[in-house]
This record gives sequence, structure tokens and C-alpha cells, in this order.
Amino acid sequence: MARQVAIYGKGGIGKSTTTQNTVAALAEAGKHVMVVGCDPKADSTRLLLHGLCQRTVLDTLREEGDDIDLEEILKPGFGGTRCVESGGPEPGVGCAGRGIITSINLLESLGAYTDDLDYVFYDVLGDVVCGGFAMPIREGKAQEIYIVASGEMMALYAANNISKGIQKYALTGTVRLGGIICNSRNVDNEIPLLKAFAEELGSQLIYFVPRDNLVQRAEINKKTVVDFDPGSNQAKEYRNLAEAMDNNKMFVIPKPMTQDRLEELMMEHGFIGV
Amino acid sequence: MLDCTPKEPVPSDAHTIGKINPVKTCQPVGAMYAALGIHGCLPHSHGSQGCCSYHRMALSRHFHEPAMASTSSFTEGASVFGGAANLKTAIKNVFAIYHPDIIAIHTTCLSETIGDDLPTIIKQAEIPEGRYVIHANTPSYHGSHITGFSNMCRGIVSYLAESDGNPKKERANIFPGFVNPGDMREVRRIVTEMGVPSIMYPDTTNVMDSPLLNKYEMYPGGGAKIEDIKDSGNSKMTLSLGAWSSDEAAATLQDKCNVPGVPLKIPIGVKATDDLVMAVKEGFGVEVPESLEIERGQVIDTLIDTHFQYEGKKVAVFGDPDIVIPLTEFLITMGMIPKYVITGTPGNKFEKIINQMLEEAGIEGSKVRAEGDLFELHQWIKEESVDLLIGNTHGKYIARAEDIPLVRVGFPIFDRAVQPLMPITGYRGCLRLIEMISNTLLERRDRDCKDEDYELIL
Repeated sequence: MARQVAIYGKGGIGKSTTTQNTVAALAEAGKHVMVVGCDPKADSTRLLLHGLCQRTVLDTLREEGDDIDLEEILKPGFGGTRCVESGGPEPGVGCAGRGIITSINLLESLGAYTDDLDYVFYDVLGDVVCGGFAMPIREGKAQEIYIVASGEMMALYAANNISKGIQKYALTGTVRLGGIICNSRNVDNEIPLLKAFAEELGSQLIYFVPRDNLVQRAEINKKTVVDFDPGSNQAKEYRNLAEAMDNNKMFVIPKPMTQDRLEELMMEHGFIGV
Repeated sequence: MLDCTPKEPVPSDAHTIGKINPVKTCQPVGAMYAALGIHGCLPHSHGSQGCCSYHRMALSRHFHEPAMASTSSFTEGASVFGGAANLKTAIKNVFAIYHPDIIAIHTTCLSETIGDDLPTIIKQAEIPEGRYVIHANTPSYHGSHITGFSNMCRGIVSYLAESDGNPKKERANIFPGFVNPGDMREVRRIVTEMGVPSIMYPDTTNVMDSPLLNKYEMYPGGGAKIEDIKDSGNSKMTLSLGAWSSDEAAATLQDKCNVPGVPLKIPIGVKATDDLVMAVKEGFGVEVPESLEIERGQVIDTLIDTHFQYEGKKVAVFGDPDIVIPLTEFLITMGMIPKYVITGTPGNKFEKIINQMLEEAGIEGSKVRAEGDLFELHQWIKEESVDLLIGNTHGKYIARAEDIPLVRVGFPIFDRAVQPLMPITGYRGCLRLIEMISNTLLERRDRDCKDEDYELIL
């Protein structure tokens, strides 16, 4: 049975980059991984596929109906990873949330969830804006969630909101918070702040990924760092993150905090020394 | 029969905003009915097929007539990508295959929730020269079928009505409200009897009560003509019957074409009919014809002849606000006691208006509820019973469970025919209401009384 992992976090925080680099490190270590992009922009697998996915599940569904072959939508990426994008409507029309539900149901019925998989990663757009974007954490799909955050107020605010969503589904299901991943923005006192934030939620800061421009260079080259510069220090950081996740035993129902408490926490840790 | 309704009030923590046996149905039912009141109109349901089927069926079961409508037939894909492609194809196909003069689109919960932008889609659609496409937003999770009716009426006005800038014509617009075609015909007859020309829309006469002819007509002869609806912007005034069903449309017409709207009740009962007659008299400077005076006099005569049969009887009334309000007023006129008055449609005005009527009549101890449900009404009845129920077919279960007679008035009435043709409005309608109420109570009396009280003459 594959471990099903969903990655959430504020828009632009680096969910897709972090996910793909971690997945690349896991693949390098011999794990069988499937990545399901749950974002209408369909850019969650670009670094693994060395370019944007050409056919999303919903594109295919729209053009050909639901009589689809799995090969049309499930593409092989770096290190034998299997990549699929749900896709969705263009901005401003339709219902992207419903799209996620449709496409995950379709993946299931097409038999994409094979027994040899060690991991399935869901990379979900921005905030949990509606029930559709919570699809990966309901109905017994993803059991573990990681939230990507940084020391910035809005990132923590989003992370706290996402925890509310997890808490809601955790009460009736098996979904748990596996930890907070810090994708550093070089904010003052970022590590203590993130540690305190994670502990307040009842969880842990599972890894602190430092900022490195190498990530940007790899991205321009449509590659993960692990793929682009395997010997670099940043590649090692992602390997460490992958290892931490692989060995993780701490799965909790988060205790989201009030807005006031969150701001208090920022004051306590964020501005020390300013 | 309804064995699970407890007599005691349900604990407040168990009480939700959810309804049990609501006194209302979906917005699109009202929107579809309003659209059928335009001649040559095919209502179009922008959503999944099941919505459309349900709404058509709800109308057909009440009116015993086919309710034609088309649908955007949403699939999973349309839900995700939006319904624009479906709607554009539908508009093209419907004009090509069914040849309506006009398509009146209403939305459904699904298309509302995904946020389809109908005005933009309609602008981008291919519409043949001289044909029309109009729309109304009708999410069912807000309001009721009356809200949907009102939204479509407003849509008709805002898309079609025009003012040519000339002095207004000596003519009345009639917005009849959500009533049966028989009532629309009666209201129009009264206005015509007073010598005032009129444009009525929606007008479902000869559509939802159309005669059986040798040849099937997809678009029956009745319904308001599009030219007339356009010209309604040049009328002198609008008789807006029913605040919930008609006032929004009348206000829109007032803003758009400067036609003053006169807010009136749907003319059920002597008072409300008097109000309509006086509004026409004052608005157009006409005299009340003797024929109407005779009709009114007959009602007064009948009330005197029969009042002992129903006076002082307690009655529970439920249904749509625009019908229940004047009906309650008439029940008070008849000397009955409106003990419980419920509508399923939201709107605080309802409780205020009814309570004021009761207060003026010196009636105490009544319960009034807007946005209520039949479960609550049933509980009230269990606590203190009434002599008569007046409302739609859904009340028949309470009637059986509590052994109370039911007079069927309003929408929907699924289990009795003919009533869509027979008015309850105007003075003629008063006679019909008196007859129904009186006969029902007398039947009950004859059924229950002892042999020695079984009278030949009543």
C-alpha cells in the first residue's frame, strides 16, 4: 500500500518545487512514486517531465469523454516517476474544485493506483478554497499532509487555515498532519518562529529548506535540483527532506490557532532582534 | 401517517435551519411558469437534465398540461469547464429544431455555484434575427419558487420592455403574480370590464389551461405577445399584484420606462378586490360598472346567507405569501379565525402584515411564520387543533393524521383537477372560496353529527 501524501501551502510558497525535488530524491533512492498535480495551471510536474504536461486528465476527458487510456495521461518523468496533471478550466469559468474530484475519481477507475507504488504525492493549489481541493484528503486518499510555509505572516496564516481543513477531515477519517516544511524566505528568526508555529499546532517542523538560487537556475532548465546538479548542497538538502519524510513517524490531528494567537506568535518570535 | 411528528417542541439544539416538509419548491419552477406566460416561449433550464425534468413535472402535475422546456444537459465536463459551450449549442439547436420566438433561460443550483456568466454567454450566442434570448438567475438555495417567478418577471422586463418616449397610453400593465391561469383571466376580465385596455404578463391563460384541439401545438395560442411586452413600457401604470411575485418587476419597469407601479395584493377576497377596482378607478378616472357592483353585492349577500356555517371556526392557512396574505384577510372578513398562518417563502414582511391584520381584527393567540414548514404547523395543530386546513396538496397528510378537512388552495395541487381553470380571485373568486369552505365544513358536520342533528336544511 502506497503512502499517500498531500502537499498544501500558500500560493507561490514553493509547493510544486519542493514536491518535485523531494520526489526526485525519493526516486533516486529507488522509490516508486506517482505525482498527481491538483492545480488547474497544470505546472506541478514540469520539472520532473522536463517541460509542461501536454495532456491533462480533464483536457482528455473534455476531448474524448471518459473512455481514456491511462497511458494518455500518465507520463513517465525523472527517475521513473509517474506524472499526471488533473488540469482544469481556464481562469474565471467553470469549477476547478469539481475538476479535481472528477480527475481523481477517473484516475482511480483507470487503475492508476497500482500496488507497486511506494508513494503518491498530491500537489494541491494554494489554499483549500473549496471542497474540491480537499478531495485528496477526504475519502481515505492522502493520509499524510505536509504544509509548505515560510516565516512570512500570510504563509503562516494560510498554513493555519489549511490545518482547519485537516482537522475537520481528521475527525472522521485517517488523514493526519505530518509536519511543516519551511521553504526559507530568509525572514528574521525563521527557524524558531516555524518551530514554535509547528509545535503550537501540535506538529513538527520536519525540515528547513534553505534558500538557494540554484533552485531558480534548475527551474529555468526545467529540472529539479537533484536532476540538474546532483552534487550540489541544495540537492543534499532535498535528499535530507525526502529521508525525513520517509522516516517520519509523527502524524497528528492539528490544533489550529485563532488569528489573535497567530499574531501573538509572530510578535514573540518573528521580530526579536529587530 | 406522520407518526414521527412529536407534540412537544423539538429541543432548540436539535433545531436547524433545515426544513421538514417545506411550504415551497425550487426557484426554477416559478421561473419556468413565468416564462410559459410568454407566447411562443420555450423555457430553458441551464443545468443538468434532472432539474429540468423535475420542474416540468411539478408544473404538469398541477396544471394537467405539458410544460415544455429544454435543458443545457450538463455532464461532468460542463460542471468542470462551465456550461458556456452547452448553452451556446442549446440556443442554436433549440431555435433550429423547436422554432420558439423566444428562449427564457433560468439557471440551476449547479450552474449558479460554478458561476456561469449568463449575460456574456448570451451575447456570444448565435441568435437568429427577430428572436430573443432572456435570462434569470434562479439558485434554489435562496428563496422559493416565488422568488424564481419574480426573478424571471424582472428578467422579462429588463430584457424586453421599452419606452418610446411618447406620452403614456391609457392602458394598464397587469403583473398577475404566481396564480392559476383561471385567476389571470379573471383579473384581466375585471380590468377590461372597467373599460381599461391592458397588457398582462406573464399570461399563462390558454397555455397552462389550453384547450384540446385537433392538432398539437407546441406553443399554444395563449401567452403575452412579445410586441405587447415591449410596448408595456408605454403604458400609464402597472398593477403589481403580489409583493413577492410582482413588485421587483414593477420596480424595474418603473426605473427603466418610467411607468409607475401600484403595489396591490393579489385580489383574493372582497377587500383586496376592492383595492384593485379602486386603483383602476382612480388611475384611469373610470367609473365602476354596474356589473361589478352586482358581483360584489352577490358576495355580500352570500356572506350573510352562509356566515353561520363558518363563523368562529379556527383555520390553519399555508402557502405562498402573495396568496396567503389576501386569503387570510378574506377569512377574517368571513368571521373565521386564522389560527396558524405559514409560508415557506422567506420575508419578514409576511409576519408583520398578517399580525397587523389579526391585531386589527382583535384576534389573539394566533401563530404566524414566514419561512416555516409543515412539520412545525403539524406540531402547532397537535398542541391545539383547528377546524379547517387551507393550503396545497402537501397538507393532505396532516389532514389525514389529525382528521381535519382540507380545502385545496394555491400551488401545487397534485391530487385534484380543474382548479387551475377556476378563479379564487375577484368577486367571483370570493363566491368560490365561500362555497369550498362552507361545503367542506358542512360535509364534516353531516359526517360527524348524531342522527337527531342530521338536518335536511342547513
